[in-house]
Amino acid sequence: MSEDAFLSMRNISKRYVGVQALDSVDFQVNKGEIHCLVGENGSGKSTLIKIISGAVSPDEGAHIEIDGETFHDYQAIDAIRKGIEVIYQDLSLFPNLTVAENIALSHIIAEGNRFIRWGEVQRIARQAMDRIGVNIPLTELVGDLSVADQQLVAICRALTRGVRLVIMDEPTAALTRKEVEALFAVVKDLQAKGIATLFVSHKLNEVLQIAERVTVLRDGRLVGTFPSQELDDEKLTMLMTGKKIEYSRYVPEAQQADVLLEVRALSRRGNFKDISLQLRRGEILGITGLLGSGRTELALALFGVNPADSGEILVEGKPVRIASVQDALRLGIGYVPENRLVQGLIMPQSVGKNIVLTVLRRLLNRLGLIDADKTRDTINRWIEDLSIRVPAVDSPVQTLSGGNQQRVVLAKWMATQPKILILDGPTIGIDVAAKSAIHEIIRDLARRDIGIIVISDEVSEVYRNCGRIIVMHKGRFIAEFDAAQCTEEEIQECINRAGE
Amino acid sequence: MKKLLTRHETYVFLVIIALCVIITSITPRFFTLENLFDLLRSYSFMGIFAIGVLFVLISGGIDISFTAVATVAAYTMTVVSIKYGGNMLTAFLIAAVVGTALGMLNAAIIYFFNIPSIITTIATLNIYYGILTVVSGGKWIYSLPTWFREFGEIKVFTLTSGEGLSYGLSLVTVIWFAIVILAWVILRYTIVGRGIYAMGGNLTSAQRAGFNIFFLQMFVYSFMGLLAGIAGVIQVLLVQTMAPNSMVGKELDVLAAVVLGGASLAGGTGTLTGTLLGVALIAIMSNGMTMMRIPSFWYNVFIGLTIIASVSLSAYRRRREKRRAIAVEVE
Repeated sequence: MSEDAFLSMRNISKRYVGVQALDSVDFQVNKGEIHCLVGENGSGKSTLIKIISGAVSPDEGAHIEIDGETFHDYQAIDAIRKGIEVIYQDLSLFPNLTVAENIALSHIIAEGNRFIRWGEVQRIARQAMDRIGVNIPLTELVGDLSVADQQLVAICRALTRGVRLVIMDEPTAALTRKEVEALFAVVKDLQAKGIATLFVSHKLNEVLQIAERVTVLRDGRLVGTFPSQELDDEKLTMLMTGKKIEYSRYVPEAQQADVLLEVRALSRRGNFKDISLQLRRGEILGITGLLGSGRTELALALFGVNPADSGEILVEGKPVRIASVQDALRLGIGYVPENRLVQGLIMPQSVGKNIVLTVLRRLLNRLGLIDADKTRDTINRWIEDLSIRVPAVDSPVQTLSGGNQQRVVLAKWMATQPKILILDGPTIGIDVAAKSAIHEIIRDLARRDIGIIVISDEVSEVYRNCGRIIVMHKGRFIAEFDAAQCTEEEIQECINRAGE
Repeated sequence: MKKLLTRHETYVFLVIIALCVIITSITPRFFTLENLFDLLRSYSFMGIFAIGVLFVLISGGIDISFTAVATVAAYTMTVVSIKYGGNMLTAFLIAAVVGTALGMLNAAIIYFFNIPSIITTIATLNIYYGILTVVSGGKWIYSLPTWFREFGEIKVFTLTSGEGLSYGLSLVTVIWFAIVILAWVILRYTIVGRGIYAMGGNLTSAQRAGFNIFFLQMFVYSFMGLLAGIAGVIQVLLVQTMAPNSMVGKELDVLAAVVLGGASLAGGTGTLTGTLLGVALIAIMSNGMTMMRIPSFWYNVFIGLTIIASVSLSAYRRRREKRRAIAVEVE
């Protein structure tokens, strides 16, 4: 064990019934280090975190040493005593209590007090905030704060207890770019005070930006710990998935297909203003911009959830009115919110049931009951059409291979026969391998002549998949890029400039 | 001032003032000290219940069984006091012990069997009340001990009205207010009190923060039971009769008062000020309607309408705030 190690774990294994969650993993975090832990879903990240926090005990043969002290029966209370604090993804805050109380409460409980002195609460909270130079009104209710501020409250709370290692689980999932920068500044600040941070994250570019070292887990095994200078996006993906993932650019085939959707000077008060766009058959159009730029609001207007106040919408050249979701559906417009594309499968249910789930209404017979013949025909048609290899239509989806599962998802959306599909954050919170599979689905849909709008704050996602990319800022379109004639950096630059 | 306008209590208070003005303009008899003291005395029973219910609601639970608990406690107290004698102290003590024990039983069932509190307490309401009906045969008890009857009439100070009748602040009201102060101290200045808020806000987080959830739940339901026991004795003091069927059925009135005062059934929110105002609103509506000679069955209709108005007002305010929060700054 090296001199500057704070936490050193060797031979960590954990076996749950039938699953080897962790297999003799060695892991070390140095004093004041910024360390990242990455891996795909099921790689054992969360089990490792639970073992570090003492919530789960490792199997026989594990060696845990913290700050020079060896533990044989490591418990949650040991973790707390040694200054290890986990900030869970849900932040574990009390929305109904004030900022001050959220920060100070657990400290006061730990001291074993029976009564609460409000002056003391204020003092503790103020002190914690001063340490990292943030200033959130102490009397504000935490439920009224932005997610970013809530996160800072959670960090301040950790600081009240003489913390040495902060573990953050997916801290940036709900933050805007600017807020991420602010969070990173705080983490650097903690480092200057000798406090180590362990990040668990899916967002590789962020991992590489902040971390000094990166530990990669795959299938419960340690792939290795690497200095972040030695890594890049591609290499890290390779380490995580064990296979090379091709980041291909999508090049649409027919450039001059007819216009499917046209929007002219669309506005909605307090949401977006003067939006004009054209979407062609088989085109993937990307809309990007910071969180709160009006992207989602625009999508919701096109889908009839919050109809626009003024402007024109034309579908296949005909002026239409979209005043409700029913209108949008009738016109063949579909809207898929955050990562529904994958969540849409009901794993234990049969392939057939999954495919017809979204179209049950069309399968009704005159009595309003589901027509068995129509159902069978629909299922067979799509299984054949997409050449899904299934043992039988009633085998559960979970028994299929990954590739075939994706085809089932595709079949499900094709069955609704949409003309226009709006995908809002299609890969939020999804790991790399699944991400590229979803991109493949999106491209497949486009090849089937569906017009697709992808809304995403990941520039690389829109850059790789879309022919044209529109940047939104403060409710307006501020720039349009042709993906074939620009670089990813140019788009990013444009967004950053707008944000300043 | 701005902060005051965002508070639910402010609106309830304004409604109360408006109501008082309307009633007084129709029956001047309403706005007298005599009527005030009378209301403070007769609603102390409901007021004490409401405090217990507030605690349970803040913690994220609900209790329906408290009227049955109060009946059992008061009945036990009456029978024991008549048979073995005693004084006011033993009377309150007996009821408090019985009430607390039944409350603890509720908490134990909810915690160990992990049954939703509403189901548990509906069941225990029936069990407690059912057993009592069997044991007592539903008989009313009129012959209460003299010391008991006299206690109900004690006034802290007396005034004389224009017609020569004496009235004043009842000791019963003082007991109610003492409990309010106790509850306020618990909620505001003890770790247990903050734990109740924390638990109602986010149970998992409360656990992670180091609160003992089992203890907190025990506390909340036994405190409800304790207050139910005391309220039971006070009811008997007020009507000078132990009537086994006089309390069960009033649960929803009390819940209504607490919800009107701004407590949420989702847990985590609610204040004593709000609860007091909620009780006051219900008391004034009921009293005012009687004085204005509006038939009493309209009372239920008005209570229902007020609850809907109050809850939708706060839901509307929340939605408006949220809408403001998500609006995009369009340039």
